[in-house]
Amino acid sequence: MTELLTYFLGPIWPAYTIAALVQCALLLVVALCSAAVFIWLERKVSARIQDRLGPTRVGGRFGWLQPPADGLKLLCKEDIIPAAADRPLFRVAPYVSFCATFCLFLALPFANGWVALQLNAGAFFLLAVAGLEVFGVILGGYASGSKWSLYGAMREAAQVVSYEIPLGLCVVIPVLITGSMDLVEIGNRQAGWFYHWYIFHDPFMFCTFWIYATCAVASTNRAPFDLPEAESELVAGFLTEYSGFRWVIFFMAEYAAMFVVSGLGSVLFLGGWNGPIPVASLVGLSGDPSTVAGWLGNLLGLANFIFKAVFGVTCMIWLRWTLPRLRIDQVMTTCLKYCVPLASIMLAGAMLWTFLFSGGVGR
Amino acid sequence: MIAVNWHTCFFFLLALVACASAVAVVVTGDIVRMACWLVTALAAVAGLFFLAGADFLGAVQLMVYVGGTMVLLVFGVMLTSRGPFVSMKTGGGQWIMALVVGGALLTILLQAALSVPEWSAPERSQAEAAVPPTATPLGMGLMGIRVDQPEQPNRLLRRGMSGYLLAFEIISVHLVVVLVGAAYLARAKRRIEPERLQLHDLKTSES
Repeated sequence: MTELLTYFLGPIWPAYTIAALVQCALLLVVALCSAAVFIWLERKVSARIQDRLGPTRVGGRFGWLQPPADGLKLLCKEDIIPAAADRPLFRVAPYVSFCATFCLFLALPFANGWVALQLNAGAFFLLAVAGLEVFGVILGGYASGSKWSLYGAMREAAQVVSYEIPLGLCVVIPVLITGSMDLVEIGNRQAGWFYHWYIFHDPFMFCTFWIYATCAVASTNRAPFDLPEAESELVAGFLTEYSGFRWVIFFMAEYAAMFVVSGLGSVLFLGGWNGPIPVASLVGLSGDPSTVAGWLGNLLGLANFIFKAVFGVTCMIWLRWTLPRLRIDQVMTTCLKYCVPLASIMLAGAMLWTFLFSGGVGR
Repeated sequence: MIAVNWHTCFFFLLALVACASAVAVVVTGDIVRMACWLVTALAAVAGLFFLAGADFLGAVQLMVYVGGTMVLLVFGVMLTSRGPFVSMKTGGGQWIMALVVGGALLTILLQAALSVPEWSAPERSQAEAAVPPTATPLGMGLMGIRVDQPEQPNRLLRRGMSGYLLAFEIISVHLVVVLVGAAYLARAKRRIEPERLQLHDLKTSES
């Protein structure tokens, strides 16, 4: 992209700036559009699960204009800051959450080589930044100056700090098998037919995927792990005192995090941008993404990736409207007594399997 | 047209954020705001690491220091404070002591950093060359294989290159033992009430 712009503009530095701005804008559009689509999807799927129709009239059919209507309504709401709140912290908290989630998009590969920041330690970067989203929630809960908010924030802290451990262990296993923390490398290693995906690599990987899915749902605070909000016990948890636009920003962060978490799961376990049938390489559209054929093949990969990520999000919505909320002690038991030991066993098992049957790491 | 060196621009931006937040940590009275400024300062330092091409170190900084400060904030401040919005007041004597100690440390660090010739600013062409990935050499170095210096003639220096894996493992096991011990000491003590004990005894004797 920088080379192309240099050709038109001459010197390198405006080209560099424009290329950087275009990439930022693209990622921001993906983050915000995915939030809008998922809000609509959440309404429709939850309605179907509860034997209703959901929004049908907004925008003609299927209620497709519902997210903009929601947004407009929320923008018109009064922005209330409680008298007991710590004002600057209360104001800044939603942005902290959203910025942390947006940084996740920087290192998430959408197709072979199509990533804003191809990091040598991409998987580790994602894990490190994913832990920062909770900071905004804790700040918001504390700064609200309300008991419900503080309870919500404390639950969130306990939950996220605990679930980071099994989540990290699950991410380590594909990294070990690939021998690289580069997410593009991990995705490319699963090219070919669907049995090359890491979920079908060995029985341990198959179990690991389900542990990852559990921990991923918990780390995004979705039901059945939505203890920080828990509207039947805590009014709305850390969101109690928020209204209008700041509340929207917290929600966009949540939906964007759902997309990233299921995208990361698809790169680590479900082949990422490699479809179940390698259509692109059968037709001859594989290879270097800088050639036209490779670019078209990559476009197909992008569609694959987005389909998998959206499917993952749909499953999370399905879970939310199917399962009841866990109690806080059940949440901690699930993590510390089941997920952590299971993930450790899977790590040991996958390592043994790799050395006994596949002849070492990275093969 | 003047070429803009973006690395320098971002370096100054991040350095400014880091230094200003560090000053704000000292100046602020409210303890949670202090922690927020500390998080900003540490995150800006992580940004400097990313800018230098050390992405693994940057991610470690984010995970260990920024995440660690957060845990400190939650479990250290929120669970121990008696009232809402705790603030701290620093006395004049403490300011003077802190200035003396901080100034001495800064002097020593600056002298050390400027005295090593290999750490001085590189040539521009050299700095703009692509930075090789850092995670692999770091991992190999941990195992004792120095990718950057495969042949070190000095025997004394070679002895220092035996890797850190064993030390790392010993420290990790120590930390696990400490954690288990802390959990054991802090666990909820279960006490069986006398009446229930008798009831239980009666039931067992009946059956």
